Amino acid sequence: MQFSGRRRKVITSPQVELYGQALQFYGQPPLENMSLSEFESFAVDRLKLLKTIENLGVSYVKLSDDYKRKLDNESRNLNFPYRPDAVPDDRKSQVGPSEYEKRRKDHISHFILRLAYCQTEDLRRWFIQQEVDLFRYRFNGLQPKQKVEFLHKNNLQYDTISVEEKKTLQDKLVNSSHNVSGITVEDQDFYKVPFQDALDLVRTRKVYLKAGYVYIPHQDIVAIVLNDFRTRLSKALALTARSLPAVHSDERLQPLLNHLSHAYVGQDYSIQKNVGKISLEQIDSLSVKSFPLCMRQLHQALRDSHHLRHGGRMQYGLFLKGIGLSLEQALQFWRSEFIRGKVDADKFDKAYAYGIRHMFGKEGKRADYTPYSCMKVILSNLPSQGDHHGCPFRHSDPELLKQKLQFYKVSPSGISQILELVKGMHYQLACQKYFELTHSIEEASFSLNHPNQYFIESQRVLGGGKDIKREVGTPQRSQENSAARGSTADREAAAAANAAKDLPEMTEDLDSFFQDA
Amino acid sequence: MPSSGYDAACLPDLLPLYYRRLFPFAQYHRWLNYGGVQKNYFQNREFSFTLKDDIYVRYQSFSTQTELEKEMLKMNPYKIDVGAIYSHRPNQHNTVKSGTFQALEKELVFDIDMTDYDDVRSCCSAAEICSKCWTLMTIAVHILDRALRDDFGFQHLLWVYSGRRGVHCWVCDEAARKLSVAARSAVAEYLSLVKGGDETVKKVVLTDPLHPFIRESLAVVERYFPQYALHEQEILSRKESVDKVLALVPEDILFLFQCCIYEGNKAVIRSLCLQATAKKGQHFEKEIMLQYCYPRLDVNVSKGVNHLLKSPFSVHPKTGRISVPMDLEELDTFDPLAVPTIRSATVLNARVVCCEKENEKDAAERRKIRDYKRTSLAKYVKYFDQFLDGLALSWKGELLKKSDLEKDF
Repeated sequence: MQFSGRRRKVITSPQVELYGQALQFYGQPPLENMSLSEFESFAVDRLKLLKTIENLGVSYVKLSDDYKRKLDNESRNLNFPYRPDAVPDDRKSQVGPSEYEKRRKDHISHFILRLAYCQTEDLRRWFIQQEVDLFRYRFNGLQPKQKVEFLHKNNLQYDTISVEEKKTLQDKLVNSSHNVSGITVEDQDFYKVPFQDALDLVRTRKVYLKAGYVYIPHQDIVAIVLNDFRTRLSKALALTARSLPAVHSDERLQPLLNHLSHAYVGQDYSIQKNVGKISLEQIDSLSVKSFPLCMRQLHQALRDSHHLRHGGRMQYGLFLKGIGLSLEQALQFWRSEFIRGKVDADKFDKAYAYGIRHMFGKEGKRADYTPYSCMKVILSNLPSQGDHHGCPFRHSDPELLKQKLQFYKVSPSGISQILELVKGMHYQLACQKYFELTHSIEEASFSLNHPNQYFIESQRVLGGGKDIKREVGTPQRSQENSAARGSTADREAAAAANAAKDLPEMTEDLDSFFQDA
Repeated sequence: MPSSGYDAACLPDLLPLYYRRLFPFAQYHRWLNYGGVQKNYFQNREFSFTLKDDIYVRYQSFSTQTELEKEMLKMNPYKIDVGAIYSHRPNQHNTVKSGTFQALEKELVFDIDMTDYDDVRSCCSAAEICSKCWTLMTIAVHILDRALRDDFGFQHLLWVYSGRRGVHCWVCDEAARKLSVAARSAVAEYLSLVKGGDETVKKVVLTDPLHPFIRESLAVVERYFPQYALHEQEILSRKESVDKVLALVPEDILFLFQCCIYEGNKAVIRSLCLQATAKKGQHFEKEIMLQYCYPRLDVNVSKGVNHLLKSPFSVHPKTGRISVPMDLEELDTFDPLAVPTIRSATVLNARVVCCEKENEKDAAERRKIRDYKRTSLAKYVKYFDQFLDGLALSWKGELLKKSDLEKDF
């Protein structure tokens, strides 16, 4: 160690070099050896974090205070980085892992999950969505100086516009977004970015667009960065998929990776359990007793106008498949209804039957489509004029929703509870409340995230309930849970001896976590 | 509303004439070939045909203009759709390894359909159109054309009358053809202001500040609103339509109106509606105008790279009208009901040819020149030519660049 004058040479440990930045694009994969149990626990923890992000994203506005607070908590509990201003080799506040260790965990777990989630289009889409949301939350937490540093380190070069141009465009720039004032225009640099690189801003019309370029103040460069992150991750996943066979040949990893990707899906109701157990005559009464509001609405619209548009046919048709309708029954069902309307039998066979067979995986690329989850119904394919699909709690006018609930004989106090939840954007909770009110139970024993789940639970309640069995299983599992969260050292010691045994325990934890969630 | 005297039974006889004599194959190929800048662009393009008896065939593709002509004459399609440019020839897609046959590029397209406006037009519904509600299409074209050019920087837009109840837009710029699904969806959403299905009463909600795009669009709507909504659609004339308008007005302002309505004073209502001293942040009069007039586009049509859309110059089998390109200079006088039909085009052509036969000079020579020049289709093909000339300038640059690279002088 040498001292020259007043200046001390600061020795940077290798740790600072490797994880010097709070946030990264995950461009470089980790290059180190690690134990199998650490591998597993990192992956599982990150999956829990991503699952939390998914759930929070539906119940709260992203980046609202509640959202950030809950995500902070979860990150802390799972030992992921949550304070971007912490310095890597800071040793002061240490109870538990250091910032360096947290960043290392973040880095490694991301790459492990890439292996598990690169295999199909659906998995990739889900993984990318949650990672983008996680990135957004973290980038949002950076200080302005850190943001600039991040941009430079990651080669995002966009041109700024001249002062004259800023002056000419001032009014338009100010009117294009909430957080751009006259002062912003004067003080900050504005970047000209091709619109293809800023799709989120274009989509929501939160930016000034001229001749194919968006004009973005420095403070808003986030959306661009996110887009870049998304693109890079998407390409990386495609590459990862190609090297998967090599990874799968390692028998230690394959079971875990399969289990990780299956855990996300959980119950997707794609495997038809009760095919043919439902008869077509039952559907009308089932729609009143056991269908969630979205499907009841679609069924009603179908009966009323003897027709449904494409979005409605998909959402309702797949739901029916999920509750156990066979292809033949489905064809008969749709055909008999459409014939009552303006469609004759011939036209039905030519134009609509193909679509139904497609749903069952009997046409085209033979993909067996899965019934839509609540998330999908709420977020994608917005209904427009003439449509009846979507989530009524999300897409219906509150007044119309109220009328509909009154018509369906929900009590006034129940209706106001539901409307409160809708106001707070808790659409799935609102639907759950609807379930509780229409089945006259105090509290639903499940957390609603899928219309077919609603149906199954409803049938269960109406049929006398098999809930008891489930209850008994849970306490045992939560004990195992807390045992598994012991100290890292313990785990590492046990790892060598118990590698094979740990795996099923860990994966059981995973299952129970996702089912009870 | 049926076009008088049209019967689909004439199609088997008239379509062959149409394809043999009138369909502008040369221009069509010139368009879809895009100057030959990219290899196999035309060959890898998917077409789909709807034949007699509703037989639908996909994944049609052709190597040359001649092959396209021959096949169309042979198959006599009732309806022609144009799809994407794929990685391989669509008609060989079954021989390609699963997963590698992919849609790569396509024009960015928009489809505006009059049925989507049924809740705000009183003169017609479903597939019917008339001169009163056609204004909605005029407004839509003005707004979208401006936005696609000024905001997005696109230059080569082809607007086409669908033949029945709407218009299509084909954005042919190279940048547009290369857009991803996400980008297309983003463009479509940027252009969307009317949101919600049957269950939603208030479909347009504006908040401060008003984005320049909304201001520009409003300027167009305001130009047409008084004549269209008040005179032609008469939205304030009958109780039911007034009620519909009032359903869009905020509660507190509504109270003011109630008094006036029960006095039956139309002029007062009108002026209150349109020039209300809106509280800061309240834009209900703008929202009403937009809900009644702003273009309603189907995002799903624009999103998909592989989406198939009705081809320009194809015949609409239900009306017999030809999907003609629209000259925007004459947009305000465009009359969809006066567009050439397959009957008028072929019959007119036959008459002219008959007359010319009598002056026997160079009949064969003249027949070589496409007969559309003598028919009502002429001006539409001419306009299409102009459009293609503009487009050609863009690929001339590309070809020069390419030959420079290859040092090909």
